[in-house]
Amino acid sequence: MENLKHELKTKIIEALNLEDIAIEDINDDDPLFGDGLGLDSIDALELIVLMDKDYGIKLTDPKEGKTIFQSINTMAAYITEHRSK
Amino acid sequence: MRKPFFISDYVSIRKNSLSLNGETIFSDAQETSFKDFSKNLYKHIEMNYPKFYKMDNLSKLALLATETLFKNKNFIPEQEEIALLLSNKSSSLDTDLKHQESIADENHFFPSPAVFVYTLANICLGEISIKYKLQTENAFFVFESFQPDFMTVYAEQLLQTGKAKKVLCGWVEYTEDSYEAFIYLVDEQGVLENRSETLKKLYLE
Repeated sequence: MENLKHELKTKIIEALNLEDIAIEDINDDDPLFGDGLGLDSIDALELIVLMDKDYGIKLTDPKEGKTIFQSINTMAAYITEHRSK
Repeated sequence: MRKPFFISDYVSIRKNSLSLNGETIFSDAQETSFKDFSKNLYKHIEMNYPKFYKMDNLSKLALLATETLFKNKNFIPEQEEIALLLSNKSSSLDTDLKHQESIADENHFFPSPAVFVYTLANICLGEISIKYKLQTENAFFVFESFQPDFMTVYAEQLLQTGKAKKVLCGWVEYTEDSYEAFIYLVDEQGVLENRSETLKKLYLE
């Protein structure tokens, strides 16, 4: 699980062009949206693409995303349970 | 009698170099990529706008030139009623191609929303408007080359009819092979009259 969290942070920084943020800056339970990393709605769509492309998880219900993308912890837990890649 | 307008300031970005009012203020090694050059220039002009890194190359180019010009004016842009009038040759082709690549293979079909939102040239006007809180007239034209005659007439029309007090005009062109920005501010104050001949000269400087 720790490897996956580290991998997720790397992928998020790269996919969302978070140029000023390092892996160490993201705590596992930091909120990804709002006051945390300050991601926006386009970033949310990028995360949906990332889940599909890298882990074979297709999210169709936007409400699901709100829970899954709360933090690195919630993302990693969901991926571990549902991944097909 | 026709009121004269002036080119108060102008910025050029070409070949890893930026000049303000004819004076080079930043230059990188010629072999530097635009990605590195834009990042170095962003730091040099002390921008602090993380969203910059999420933008497409055309918007980055337009924003770097605009930021340099606005900083030199030392004003609060949102209080100046500045209309935007930009143009180029290749529209958003650089981003369009990136998007096309992401959807070319049906077995690897992963279009990026963050890329797709930049598949229009006038998005760079939106980025400028958001950054400087401008709620003014804006237009983006696609021409074969920079058109000083058209730009002069269009900018003056905006000013003479009271649609704006200043107009940020120019040419922002980005392709895989090259890039170029020439941005200038048309204002009531200045030394260089907003004339086609003057623009031709400044553009070729």
